[in-house]
Amino acid sequence: MRRGVLRFEICAAAAVVLAGIISLSGANEYFFYAGYVVLQFVVLATAWNILGGYAGYVNFGTAAFFGIGAYTGVLLFKSLDAPLLVQMAAAAAVTGMLGFGTGLLTLRLRGIFYSIATVAVIFIAETLMMNWRYVGGATGLQLLRPSPMVPFETYTRMLFFVMAVLAVTAVSIARYIEISWIGRGLRALRDTEEAAECSGVPTLRLKLLACTVSGALMGLAGAPLPMYQSFLEPASSFSLNYSVVALAAAIIGGTANWLGPVLGAILLASMQQIVTVTISSEMNVLVVGVMLVVFVVAAPDGILGLIRKLRRPRAAGRSPP
Amino acid sequence: MGEAARLARAVFLPLGTTETDDRPMIFSMQLLFEAVVFGILLGCFYAAVSIGLSLAFGLLDVPHVAHPAVLVLGAYCTYLLGSYGWDPIIAGLALMPLFFLFGVAMYRFYYETFEKRGTDAGVRGLAFFFGIAFIIEVGLILAFGVDQRLVEADYIGKSFTFGEMRVPLRMLLAFGIALALAAALTLYLSKTFTGRAIKAVAQDEGALRLMGADPVRIKQWAFGIATGVTALAGALLIIIGPVEPMTDRIYIGRTFCVVVLAGLGSMTGTLAAGLILGISESIVLMHFGASWAPAVAFGLLLVVLGIRPQGLFGR
Amino acid sequence: MSETLLRVAQVSKHFGGFSALSEVSIDIAQGERFGLIGPNGSGKTTLINCISGSLRNEGGTIVFDGHDISGLPAYRRTRLGIARSFQIPRPFSSMSVLENLLVPLEYVVHRGLRLGADIRAEAMQILQSMGLADKADTASNRLTQVELRKLELARAMAARPRLLISDEAMAGLSSTEVEEVLAILRKLNDSGITIIMIEHIMKAVMGFSQRVICLDAGRIICEGTPESIVKNPEVQKAYLGA
Repeated sequence: MRRGVLRFEICAAAAVVLAGIISLSGANEYFFYAGYVVLQFVVLATAWNILGGYAGYVNFGTAAFFGIGAYTGVLLFKSLDAPLLVQMAAAAAVTGMLGFGTGLLTLRLRGIFYSIATVAVIFIAETLMMNWRYVGGATGLQLLRPSPMVPFETYTRMLFFVMAVLAVTAVSIARYIEISWIGRGLRALRDTEEAAECSGVPTLRLKLLACTVSGALMGLAGAPLPMYQSFLEPASSFSLNYSVVALAAAIIGGTANWLGPVLGAILLASMQQIVTVTISSEMNVLVVGVMLVVFVVAAPDGILGLIRKLRRPRAAGRSPP
Repeated sequence: MGEAARLARAVFLPLGTTETDDRPMIFSMQLLFEAVVFGILLGCFYAAVSIGLSLAFGLLDVPHVAHPAVLVLGAYCTYLLGSYGWDPIIAGLALMPLFFLFGVAMYRFYYETFEKRGTDAGVRGLAFFFGIAFIIEVGLILAFGVDQRLVEADYIGKSFTFGEMRVPLRMLLAFGIALALAAALTLYLSKTFTGRAIKAVAQDEGALRLMGADPVRIKQWAFGIATGVTALAGALLIIIGPVEPMTDRIYIGRTFCVVVLAGLGSMTGTLAAGLILGISESIVLMHFGASWAPAVAFGLLLVVLGIRPQGLFGR
Repeated sequence: MSETLLRVAQVSKHFGGFSALSEVSIDIAQGERFGLIGPNGSGKTTLINCISGSLRNEGGTIVFDGHDISGLPAYRRTRLGIARSFQIPRPFSSMSVLENLLVPLEYVVHRGLRLGADIRAEAMQILQSMGLADKADTASNRLTQVELRKLELARAMAARPRLLISDEAMAGLSSTEVEEVLAILRKLNDSGITIIMIEHIMKAVMGFSQRVICLDAGRIICEGTPESIVKNPEVQKAYLGA
């Protein structure tokens, strides 16, 4: 394999080690609290981009997969007292299947139908959870966290580390897809699906693969939420805010490359913390919305695209990496 | 007090309220009949709010997911005028030319930015309208707050009694206006020259260009009409019941359900599809309560996409 | 006589009430140069779409190399050996010229192996044979018309097809450019690839093909050698109107 891959894997491993060291350090508890949210959005944006950026199918329903991941976690916790990792595995299975199912239903049709179907999934999922007493119904469920695993002082620190590992995993998966033949096939079908089929690309299968992986990662990001909040309720778990931020983060950061969603998520999630606290959460959504529209119109390749343009001003005929 | 009025209130509960219905399932022919009648009135209203989308998305192929947000915007503008003493229907009619211009501008911008450039237009176009929808929604929250708003008029609050049934007057009014709107638009598209040009551009833009007509101007005009119509539909929306900024979310389900069920490009189908949705929602409401109502439109949408994506009358 | 590579038997295709193809039957022999002509809207591209799998035929069967492919999705048919170019070129516009060829190489020829360096070398070879080698790293959305046409053919070639369908590859090209493309197609046929050519440029089709079929309104109205087709009054009527 090329040397570039080894360099990435070293960085990824270093990131995990760094996260571990930080979570055992004496840093302020609020840092872990906020850091968890930022990392969570890194996973969501990266997962969104696998289908949205690479394959060109716009998922409006990130909130659905995220929320269902959270509810799967809570279900396993409440019924079987399952440990966090088992909750997460179950969440990935459920949301992976949901992603597969949504894709199977709509991917033979045009892209917008997939997008609308994902909105439908949000509403249906939320309605179901609101009417299900066992997981709290409309009023929600309070949880008592178990004690954190050995090296970690608090549960939040442990969750921070878990989310950091998940973020590194998600980015690695996205990167692998991007640089491999899978990514090339996805880009081909995004560019011109009929020609891709006639070049041997099994377009439906690839799309379903992207849907499943994307959905599973979103569910993984949602699974620790009940533990993080010690509480779970439908309205906030299925909040459209998750959908908007995941989509906006990928587009603002740049959809062509795995680094884009990471940058976008860090930017938007950090901004969210600041704006929500200093002004209001509505103003935050407004800012995200305006940034999304501005970037989509003026800088469609996102921040990465802008950086690339600044670096190579007049590169005639150069194709994207 | 009739079940119908109770249903009326229940249907327009905003998403997220926690009114779970613990009644046992009451099945009676009387209630079913009332539900169907109410569903017809409601369904016609749903057709009216969806007809703009039928034009914009069904005929013109614009991924206009911001349509429900424009609908709610129309409702709020009606409320604003209402607070100055305007009658809501008059307000709605007055807003139509304004929204027409807004629609023309929106399409022009969309065309220049996305359709013309071609590459990656699908993703970016969808993301664009998604962003616009959010900006409108949050803008409304910032301007009006999250509480429900309603308008008042002579015809709001009264009911007609037909035998044992009580039908709210505003529902009848909305039904009437919706029907008139749908009929007017359908006639416009089939009888007038510009109307037929719009249908032509939907079918074969290239041929139209060869005949000397400018497809962009026609589409722009059509999108303007779609948006203007939605202004009046927004007035109907707030006449029928209270509105809040997040109302647009449930209407994504309802409008797209109607448009897809009708079949893309079919304006007459919009009425039939609206009726089907209205009656289904009404019956579910009666049997299962208000907390299940939002799922009907979305569920029906998924079923149609899975079984017969071209809808009832699609191209 | 060589064996039949492609047998199209009584294939029909409707779009709503419109009959695009009505019981079309064609047999194409291994290694043949086959021409398909007909006025606009006669169903040529529909027929090609049914053969390549972009459309499903209703009624009739299509048998390729002994396999009934009527129900197979397009990508499977490509893997069996059918490749096509598109009337209006459809490059993978986010990719360079070289990368365009990597797609069929990775998805048809080298499935499961995908050795990095070798595949790129193979792609370069194909580009060289098409005269596109110096454009290998150019973005495919920056090519001239004739380069795009060549890329279409190169990409189809990269799939190592046994049957290549060229859909109006020469439309709008100058006569020198037409000769360039014809030379490429002749060379491919010399190496054993069966070629179906759809073309409006009569000189090209008649000069290239061994056998020609004329379609009109979804039906075959004439079949035979180029000379006999050109003289056929039905063909003249179809093109010029009665």
